[in-house]
Formats: sequence, structure tokens, C-alpha cells
Amino acid sequence: MIEFTFWDIVRNLLLAARWTVLLSLAAFIGGGIVGLVVLFFRIAKDKWSRRVASGYIALFQGTPLLMQLFLMFFGLPMLGLRIEPWTAAALGLTFFASAYLAEIWRSGVAALPLGQWDAGASLGLHYLQELRLIILPQAFSITRAPTVGFLVQLIKSTALTSIIGFEELVRTSNAINNATFEPFKVYGLVALIFFVMCFPLTQYARRLEKQAAAR
Amino acid sequence: MAFAWLPDALGDIAHGAATTILLIAVTTLAGTLLSILGAAGRRNGPVLLKRAIACYVEVMRNTPFLVQLFFIFFGLPSLGIRLDPLLAAMLAMTLNMAAYTIEIVGAGLDAVPGGQTEAALALGLRPRQVFIKIVLPQALKIIYPALTSQIVIMMLESAVVSQIAVRELTYEADMLQARTFRSFETYFVVTLVYLALSMALRRLLVSGGRRALGAGVS
Repeated sequence: MIEFTFWDIVRNLLLAARWTVLLSLAAFIGGGIVGLVVLFFRIAKDKWSRRVASGYIALFQGTPLLMQLFLMFFGLPMLGLRIEPWTAAALGLTFFASAYLAEIWRSGVAALPLGQWDAGASLGLHYLQELRLIILPQAFSITRAPTVGFLVQLIKSTALTSIIGFEELVRTSNAINNATFEPFKVYGLVALIFFVMCFPLTQYARRLEKQAAAR
Repeated sequence: MAFAWLPDALGDIAHGAATTILLIAVTTLAGTLLSILGAAGRRNGPVLLKRAIACYVEVMRNTPFLVQLFFIFFGLPSLGIRLDPLLAAMLAMTLNMAAYTIEIVGAGLDAVPGGQTEAALALGLRPRQVFIKIVLPQALKIIYPALTSQIVIMMLESAVVSQIAVRELTYEADMLQARTFRSFETYFVVTLVYLALSMALRRLLVSGGRRALGAGVS
């Protein structure tokens, strides 16, 4: 049996935490891009586009993330794609994030006075220009706090990818725990690492919220 | 895609769904009660208690539920506290939910105008009566929609407790797919069950809230 010193445990956990960070970033960026597409449909003039986007959002917000990950992991191979845990994890979290981000940003668009659209139109801008130059910048800026708040949720959600076999923080901690039989210490440390990643973002979101309320 | 296994599996799926419903029912009741105590303590308790509750909320909100669950189920036995999986799951879910609902209930308590408390005190009610009979019902009515969302989120989060072998819906799905080798179809069906459960739960809470707390709850 291999002996693990305290330092060994910490070092291995920190090395694994890199994957948690990387996965969070990939999912946040990917989710942002897909979420933008969903947002376009969600606020489109066409009724059916809006309905499809609403259905997409309701589907992801009404089912457990763990099920979404399982469906990715077992579903993509049925389409003939060879899939690694990393791909399933990144894709699953991307779609999950896209639904939430689209809904957050939609609330920002809905909060803008209709006069903003009218003003854009009266300046001769067409629909896409209006969105790009007038509507979206304002919508993003007023939803900054919930967006950062969702990033915290996303970082915590990466823990679930350990279940489909992606070697991030929690999966590594399970392996270390099986070797050391010190669950109190190991899971305590994992919680601490997550806390260190999430707490500053939570505080930042809180500050943004206060700023928005003061405005 | 093949669903020939489905008729034989319906019993297991129903059993798992029942356990999931039990989990969320216990969590909702215990979590709401705990968060009312927590929110009240955070406003009126001694300084040390206020700080302890604030710390508790931050720690729970900034760490994953899965890690909290493992900590309680695998970690606590080394302190001599051994829980069976179902109990550990209920405890973890309640503690996790309370951290979110303490903030929600607190916001509701703050939103009740101070004049309500003053009026009730002037009528000769004792402080505890003022809280239970005057402030709390109004606060609950204000926060009810937020509470509803949190309960649904918690129900979806409960899928994770399959990892400590609680025989709820996801655990049954894991067992089924190991037996049938129809992983995608199994999880597809169970995902639909979760979707139906979350929609039904939301509808139930909305109509129940309307009946119990009066109109105005959407």
C-alpha cells in the first residue's frame, strides 16, 4: 500500500482541480455561445422560434443535470461518435449552461424599455444591428450579477461529471479516499478547494447586485 | 432504440420515483422549518449565532452538494456518527436546502413592513406571537414563488444521492441499465419521469400555495 502524506493529498487534489477549472471555463464559454443562439430564438419575432427555445430551456431546467450527462455519455455513441468522459462532460455542461444563460439574458432583454427598440428602428438600424448595438449590450450589463452567480453554480455542477468518469476534483478525491481511508480530511479539503474557487465569485456577484440596486 | 424491457421495469421505476418523492417531501418540510429558525436567528439572535449562521450559509452555498453528501455519508462515521444512506441523504438535502432558503426567508422577513410588528405589539401580542402569527405568514406569502423554485431545484438535485446507494429514481435507473444493457433508453425514460415529476411538483406547489396562502401567488 502506498503511504499518502498530507502534502501528497493536497498536491494531488490541486492538480485535479485544474481540470475542474478548465471544465468550468469550457462549459461557461461554450454555454455562452450556444446560449446566445438560444437567446436569439427566444426573443425572435416568430412565435414558433420562441416556443422551441422555451421548450429547450424548460427541458434543461426541468431535468436533473446528472440525467443530461448520462444521456450525453450513452447517447452520443449511439450516433456512432466515439466519446470520452471529457467530451460528454464538456458537451453536457455546455448545453446545461446555455439554457440557464439564455434565460438569464432574456430577462435582461425583457427588462429594457420598448423605447430602446423604437429608438434603434428610428435610427434606421435593422434587427440584427439593433440587437448588437443597443439591446444586447444593455441586457448583458444589467444581468451581470446573475451571470456571475450562475458561473458559481456551474463550477459546483462540474462535481457531477465525476460520476460519468471524468477525472476532476471529486473523482480524484474518491480515489485518494479509497487509498487513505480518511474521508473527513479528503472531502473536507475538496470542499475547501471548491470554496476558495466559488466564494470570491459569490462576493463579486453580491457587489454587482448592490451596484445594480443602487443605480 | 428498444423498449421491450420497459413493462417489466415499471415497478422499479415507480418504486424509485416514490423514494424521490419521499426525499423531497421530507426535505421541503425540514428545510423550510430549519430556514425559518435560521432566518429568525440571523436577525434577532446573539452575535455569535448570527455569525455562525452566516458562515454556514456561505460554506453550503459555495461547495457542491455531492461533496457535502460524501462528507456526511463517508466523513461523519469517523467521528462516530453512522447514518444509513436514506437518512444521510435526507440530512444532506435538508442542510443544503436550508442554506438557500435561509436567505430567501430572510428576504421575506425584511420585506414585511415594520409597522406590522409595531401594530401587533401595540395590540398586546407577545414577541413570539408577533413573529408566528403576523410577520411569518406575510413573509411566506411574499417569498412563496422563490421557495417553490428552490424545492423543484432540490428535487432535481436529489438524483445525486444515488451515489451513496439510496434506492431512488436514479439508482433504479443505474440498476436497470446494468441489467438491460439499454443505457440510453433507460436514462431517456427516467429523464422523462423526472420532467413529469418536476412539472407536477411545480403545479402542485402553485395550486397548494394559492389555497393555503391566498390569491396573489403565481
